[in-house]
Amino acid sequence: MGEDSPNIQYLGEKFPGRILASHAFRGDETIVIPREGLQEIFSFLKEDPRLDLSFLTDITAVDYLGKKEPRFEVVYHLYSLRAKHRLRVKVPVPEEDPVVDSLVPLWKGANWLEREVWDMFGIRFSGHPDLRRVLLYEEFQGHPLRKDYPVNQCQPLVPERELQGTFVDQRSSNKLLQLQQKFAPKR
Amino acid sequence: MGPSHPATHGTIKFDLKLEGEKILDCDVVVGYLHRGFAKMCEQVTWTQVIPYTDRLNYVSPLINNVGYALAVEKLLGVETPARCQFIRVIMSELSRITDHLTCCGMAASELGAITVGFYLIEARELLIRIIEVVTGARLTISYTRIGGVKHDLPPDFAEQVTKAFRKSRQLLADCDRLLSRNRIFIDRMSGLGVLSQETAIAYGLTGPILRSTGVSYDVRKAEPYLVYDQLDFEIPIGTKGDNYDRFICRMLEIEQSMRIVEQALKKIPLGPVSLDDPHVVLPEKEKVYNSIEGLMHHFKIIMEGIQVPAGEVYLAVEGGNGELGFYIVSNGGGKPYRVRVRPPCFIAMSAFREMIKGSMIADIIPTFGMINMIGGECDR
Repeated sequence: MGEDSPNIQYLGEKFPGRILASHAFRGDETIVIPREGLQEIFSFLKEDPRLDLSFLTDITAVDYLGKKEPRFEVVYHLYSLRAKHRLRVKVPVPEEDPVVDSLVPLWKGANWLEREVWDMFGIRFSGHPDLRRVLLYEEFQGHPLRKDYPVNQCQPLVPERELQGTFVDQRSSNKLLQLQQKFAPKR
Repeated sequence: MGPSHPATHGTIKFDLKLEGEKILDCDVVVGYLHRGFAKMCEQVTWTQVIPYTDRLNYVSPLINNVGYALAVEKLLGVETPARCQFIRVIMSELSRITDHLTCCGMAASELGAITVGFYLIEARELLIRIIEVVTGARLTISYTRIGGVKHDLPPDFAEQVTKAFRKSRQLLADCDRLLSRNRIFIDRMSGLGVLSQETAIAYGLTGPILRSTGVSYDVRKAEPYLVYDQLDFEIPIGTKGDNYDRFICRMLEIEQSMRIVEQALKKIPLGPVSLDDPHVVLPEKEKVYNSIEGLMHHFKIIMEGIQVPAGEVYLAVEGGNGELGFYIVSNGGGKPYRVRVRPPCFIAMSAFREMIKGSMIADIIPTFGMINMIGGECDR
């Protein structure tokens, strides 16, 4: 889409051959990078005084099932508080091995955002300290924002969970038991 | 604590690890209001997404409407007429005021200042009535359309706003007298939920929480959308980054939003409120009934949806709680391929653990109150 903007050219010089594609559709500067060495590029983007993209706005993903190969794209939006410009970084991820490096060491805010991507798309983040589902529950089967997840899919009922790890006051439970026995229907 | 607790307006659970009343660790469990916003958006046409965006942050639904409409317009590469842009600014600022009033009022009443809660809710009610006059609904308003707004403002709008603002300013002054030097209130708010500037940036926090730490970042100033660059307003910032600073930031922002509305009402030009493009905006009913082109355009938009070119855009607006971003991917055609909302409260909740660790259980209430988590937006 025409000439690259100065920032993208600058990145192309710094990482020759590592910028797979770039465009600036409607003024949104975008680069596509491979997932190998992702942390290195991101820490450069964060630390470099010229780009100064120290603010991680968002992490999300898009499923291009049957439209593109590889199937998934993890999308990062970065912002510079000082220079007031944005950059979108896209990382293609294949279906067979949906893993990318986690950005939690660079930004703490990546923690929940990556958990949400795992929850919705089933893309794993290696090195993430606590990769659990965040919006859905652990027993949920499948990843709903994948294009092959049917809209009207029903989930099986989940049996009641045990109160594992929760502090339970024994006295109060005894009291409940007492009450239950007291008011139990007589046979 | 939770998921259903009187102080957690919105359903959320805190798994707390306690030592007496001191919080050693806190795990926040969200998602109780998850209803698959993104998945729903992929099933309907571009216009039909607008009612879903109402239900994101239902305390300030107009800002969501405007944000979504702007994002789609950016993807289409069109710009709305000047009058429409002013109307959008006015309505989003009214919405922002209701958002801040709700947040401050609820937070105050949870700390025992019920009077303040009632005063601020009364002020909010005045503004919501105006919103109702304009849009026909109180919260689920769906007022914007892609390429414009539903209809023009009523003729006596400016007078109604002036009257409501006069009353709201009195109520706010009363609340100021009740709270600003109130020992109990300050003790419960000050020095709690503290975040340093670096932590706030590392978490990607925005809105009053980031501004309370002293970072002057507001999307309206940083990347002015609509006509915010023609209006004169300031961004209040805090110094300590605690709950009290957040509260004060919000209260000061209400005044700034009122200034924006007053200026915009003076500057608003006459003219159409929607684009004159039959491929984007529905034609008038008269044309639909009396001309074949009108009927055809109407049919096309309703049945197939607006044809949006393939591409992707990210557009951020300043919501009540921070940067509300829409990342939209189009495949070409009448339906969105992917709609992602960057929810400010979801990101704020991820920093909650950091804010609350080491405090007392009772401190959860003001800290959580000042985040102003809205379940609809956090869980989508």
